[in-house]
Amino acid sequence: MRSTFRHGVHPPDSKALTAAVPLRRMPYAAEVVLPLRQHAGKPARPVVRVGDRVQRGDVLAEADGFVSSPVHASAAGVVKAIGLWPHPDGTLSDAIRIAVDPFNPQIPRPRMVPDWNGLTPPEVVKAVQDAGVVGLGGAAFPTHVKLAPPKDIHLESLIVNGAECEPYLTTDHRTMVEYPERVHFGVRIMMRALGVKRAVIGVERNKPDAIERLRATLPPDLDVIILPLTVKYPQGAEKMLIHAVTGREVPSGKLPMNVGVVVQNVGSIATIAEVFETGLPLVERIVTVSGPGVRRPSNLIIPVGTKVRDILEFCGGVSADATEVVLGGPMMGTAQPNLDVPVTKGTTGVIVLTRRDTPRFETLPCIRCGSCLEACPVFLNPSMLGLHAQAGRYEEMESMHLADCMLCGACSYVCPSAIPLSQMFALSKTALKKARSKVVA
Amino acid sequence: MQTILIGVGILSGISAVLAIVISLCSIKLRVWEDPRIDEIVAMLPGANCGACGFPGCRGLAEQIVLRRAKPASCTVSSEDGRESIAAFLGIDAGEAQKRVARLLCAGGTDVAQRRVEYRGVESCAAALAVSGGGKACSWGCVGMADCAVACSFDAIYMSRTGLPLVDPDMCTACGDCVSACPQGLFTILPLEAHLLVQCKSLLEGVVATAACAVACNACGRCAADAEPGLITMQMGGRLPVIDYDLVHLESIEAIKRCPTGAIAWVEGAQFAGMDEPSARLGS
Repeated sequence: MRSTFRHGVHPPDSKALTAAVPLRRMPYAAEVVLPLRQHAGKPARPVVRVGDRVQRGDVLAEADGFVSSPVHASAAGVVKAIGLWPHPDGTLSDAIRIAVDPFNPQIPRPRMVPDWNGLTPPEVVKAVQDAGVVGLGGAAFPTHVKLAPPKDIHLESLIVNGAECEPYLTTDHRTMVEYPERVHFGVRIMMRALGVKRAVIGVERNKPDAIERLRATLPPDLDVIILPLTVKYPQGAEKMLIHAVTGREVPSGKLPMNVGVVVQNVGSIATIAEVFETGLPLVERIVTVSGPGVRRPSNLIIPVGTKVRDILEFCGGVSADATEVVLGGPMMGTAQPNLDVPVTKGTTGVIVLTRRDTPRFETLPCIRCGSCLEACPVFLNPSMLGLHAQAGRYEEMESMHLADCMLCGACSYVCPSAIPLSQMFALSKTALKKARSKVVA
Repeated sequence: MQTILIGVGILSGISAVLAIVISLCSIKLRVWEDPRIDEIVAMLPGANCGACGFPGCRGLAEQIVLRRAKPASCTVSSEDGRESIAAFLGIDAGEAQKRVARLLCAGGTDVAQRRVEYRGVESCAAALAVSGGGKACSWGCVGMADCAVACSFDAIYMSRTGLPLVDPDMCTACGDCVSACPQGLFTILPLEAHLLVQCKSLLEGVVATAACAVACNACGRCAADAEPGLITMQMGGRLPVIDYDLVHLESIEAIKRCPTGAIAWVEGAQFAGMDEPSARLGS
């Protein structure tokens, strides 16, 4: 075990603002907005109508196919509207709005808690999908899909991602410190569902209290290694983590299961444990509210669908020089044009940056310094790719393995000419996808 | 000396045989091509824009010679150019229906709300890939001139309010802007079609007009006032759509009660007289 990968960057981790702040539950806002598209894959299909009264945990929209995930009511109340609402990705997108009933005790309907020990792996997959669990690390890939590998795949181990390499974020950190037993219980369920004998929890070394708590609470019958990792960005990227833990490289265009491992975010693991403890689906998540522009940085348990405006208000508002609100981490997150966007299942943090953190850079020509090549964790040539992107030569970028780029932003971070490389690559990927869909049509 | 002569002799022999074979082939396998095609290609503008619907100027020339297309199919040629081709072949030049690119958005920076300051790659597609551009409307023109850059005829220039203006005289209806616009806001229409819904927003009522003063608020008055069937409310009743097959039914009545000016009666250039071109791109 080598505990890291090659290349990468070292942004200031800025986690001290919230690392020691205990989790708090945020009270219900007057309205929650639940987009139908909160996960990678097909959007969910609504099953409620305007005016319907719903309890916390009720299904609002069901999964449309296998690579999809249902949406549950995160608060009791009345369905106010089903229609377009600002989505964290910048567009308007279909969402279900619920006017929260202020006098409701918010106790979910009594429900069957499945006995995890008596379930076969396909039943576990079904239970996880029905609970609407998706990857809580940011990408929001439906968790149950990873639990159902094709028959010809031989899995060896489960890797639990507790790296949390994005600056500011401390959601996984607090989960591991406050709910280590839940993490272990989740690991137990997952190992059984996947049929693997070994699990590794990878945690960056800047979270010594999390490592200690996980080790102290580890049940003796569970074969789990808690592995401290080097602090480096993007250590929490799936393929980087696999390299750090196993020394194996996931081949280009292949999935982690091709090298015999499945990676799950530690937050998703804890959520799965919760599903099998209480029977309650994914209706709330842990969000870090941080950054120099927020008055009271906190780690909050927030009902999914709470608007960013309400969250910032709860945290004492923003400072006068705040300029940018980012959902997710500052490296890969998206700056928000509208504070009415809701927190979705994949939102890890709400980061408020100030004028000092968002200086205006003038983009200068590439000086061929090669810093981006040294930074790229997947060994691409971002400088060359950037030139191709500017000229619109997308096919050539494809042959230079643009598909392996995960838009981590390490190249943009180190570029002395402030070239927005990772934005160009996002654009090129969209253009290629569009061109390909045209060929098929 | 003799070695050299043998070499020269053998090679000359081989080349003589091959020369005969090639000349025989060129007679036997000759494909006759109408010499008029080349003549017509010379008379066409050579823009290879594809606006006629055929693969380049040569493709059109072949079809004209075969009488499958009229010289008028070329929208780039001048009237004289089309007539000379028609005279050369002794055929009718055909009716040229002038078509132009029209923008389905009127939301310049003077009327559309801006929600954020966008910093990044100067391109509409790039701005959309990040967070949907700087304007409050998700369907409107981003205003970073992807279309003007794509236009090979210098027919598009950006107005002071950040909208692309199409010069109908320069526009050949080639469709490059249609494919360049990431919002799909361009459409090719006959110049004689006057009614145009200059909005693609699916918002309704005050929500729509809060984002942009000239947005369609889906009131449906235009559909009610026009000849039956010409304008229908589509996309779940959120946007009027004009059936251009019935364009002969159009009248200015349809736009009179529009509360926002989202539906317009366009003659000649769109947004005519709105402002002077700030800068011509391309050239």
